[in-house]
Amino acid sequence: MFIEVRNLSHNYDKELVGNYTLKDIDFKVEKGEFIGLIGHTGSGKSTLVQTLNGLIKPTEGEIIIGGSDITKEKDLKEVRQKVGLVFQYPEHQLFEENVFLDVAFGPKNLGLEGEELEERVKEALVAVNLNYKEFKDKSPFKLSGGQQRRVAIAGVLAMKPEVLILDEPTAGLDPKAREELLQEITSLQKRSGLTIILISHRMEEVGQLADRIIVLEKGKIVLEGTPNFVFSHVDLLEGIGLGVPQITKVMHELKNKLNIDDMRTDLFTILEAKKEILRVMRG
Amino acid sequence: MSLINIENLHYRYNSKGNWVLKEVDLEVNSGEFVVIVGHNGSGKSTLAKMLNGLLIPTEGDIEINGRSTKDRDNIWNIRQQVGMVFQNPDNQLIANIVEEDVAFGPENLGLESMKIRDRVDWALKEVGMEEFKRHAPHNLSGGQKQRIAIAGVLAMKPKCLVLDEPTAMLDPLGRKSVISTIEKLNKSLGMTVVHITHFMNEAIKADRIIVMDGGRVALEGTPKDIFAKVNQIKKYNLDLPQVAQLALELQKSGLDLPDDIFEVDRLVNLLCSLK
Ligand SMILES: Nc1ncnc2c1ncn2[C@@H]1O[C@H](COP(=O)(O)OP(=O)(O)OP(=O)(O)O)[C@@H](O)[C@H]1O
Ligand SMILES: [Mg+2]
Repeated sequence: MFIEVRNLSHNYDKELVGNYTLKDIDFKVEKGEFIGLIGHTGSGKSTLVQTLNGLIKPTEGEIIIGGSDITKEKDLKEVRQKVGLVFQYPEHQLFEENVFLDVAFGPKNLGLEGEELEERVKEALVAVNLNYKEFKDKSPFKLSGGQQRRVAIAGVLAMKPEVLILDEPTAGLDPKAREELLQEITSLQKRSGLTIILISHRMEEVGQLADRIIVLEKGKIVLEGTPNFVFSHVDLLEGIGLGVPQITKVMHELKNKLNIDDMRTDLFTILEAKKEILRVMRG
Repeated sequence: MSLINIENLHYRYNSKGNWVLKEVDLEVNSGEFVVIVGHNGSGKSTLAKMLNGLLIPTEGDIEINGRSTKDRDNIWNIRQQVGMVFQNPDNQLIANIVEEDVAFGPENLGLESMKIRDRVDWALKEVGMEEFKRHAPHNLSGGQKQRIAIAGVLAMKPKCLVLDEPTAMLDPLGRKSVISTIEKLNKSLGMTVVHITHFMNEAIKADRIIVMDGGRVALEGTPKDIFAKVNQIKKYNLDLPQVAQLALELQKSGLDLPDDIFEVDRLVNLLCSLK
């Protein structure tokens, strides 16, 4: 097992006994797996992912990544290199005068220089589909929102992390930019065997990408499994304010109205839904 | 009568820069619900900021209720008539208590305190947040914060609400609550709404959708008109709402469905009637 979280609890304010932000979290992630993490604002997602790269030290529990418990680690630099975290609206943290320097910032801190550094930056920019020659000297502030987002992600990729955590990477992107970025993330995972944890409020996005979904509510894991399994719990997900993808909702309502027992409702892609609806309608 | 009247608007942020808005002609009628969509950098936010005089046209004119935003003497009146709500719920609330935050606007208008209190209570009620009036904003969820921001604008009794991606940072429930609040204000108070979004299933609520592309108005029409142009909207970086995509696929496979299905209930009902 690559990541193993055991008995993790976190309490921001130790004076307030029992006021947990995370409580008894247990889960495992395999190398190369794509995990979707969902839950409403304040459910503990951001705290959880920050414990995974050592930005927050949890009050209790263990986090084993690649064999060692990072909560016991003294040198967090290594942990942060291994687990790359892309915050929400990461472009707000761009600050260098050009794209090259921004992406190079992390690897420079790791001690890279010269050709090696250049190679790193190049690779990272290519990975997010930005042409190196065209973009390296541009000011990050003169790029479009989607391009800035990519530069910020490249900055994390340039650290060569083994785990990439993305917090709402497509928020505020137009539909095309969103689609492109998601495709880049998927191909990155396929190509390099990167382990990915994606936080998103778009259920259809998580459904399409994740191998497995973890649902957080009030600091606890309330549901976990394949997208099909998770989205078959319509009532639970609606009850905690998340809901299911629109397509799943169609299937669910249609089944209720038509009163058909053997109709599948756990679908979330257009093609699968189409097949099943046609089967039922023609059956 | 048109509340907002934009004629041949051009804008650039500095005299050597590129034109960010070009040849924009637009009218928004009183009581209308307009949604603006378009690719990143197409000029939506820039246009929004021109509507209450935060930015002034480089060329051309914008009139709100007949008053030009170019005339400094009108700005005070225009800001009161056109209220703005932005993307980030955390940057918009300043006071430590919800009702104080909502009272800022009316206090600035110099209203007497009884009147201010009435307005604050009314505005919080309209957005469904009256129980939270003595709460601290930082303890609220994103959707609740956005509704407080909307209440703050409402308390000025504006004619028009301009919302620039108010739901981009919200979870599904927060998004729903903000959208239904906006819809309700439009329907029950007749509030004119200009709503900017990247969520296509929010755009279907509009009386009229305006598609921006490279600083120009590329398309304009009802949701039915716009989403019927499947190939064109792809070119403008947009897509169809998921339900519409599914309906279209089913139609292609031979089911007798109309072109304008954008909502779950409508698709389900139509399918049931076919069975
Ligand atoms: N303060 C500024 N100074 C100079 N240029 C700017 C400024 N703000 C925006 N721009 C440029 O103006 C153009 C339009 O930007 P605007 O923010 O209006 O687009 P938008 O449609 O709101 O995009 P998004 O969907 O990403 O929010 C872009 O090319 C942008 O880079
Ligand atoms: Mg914008």
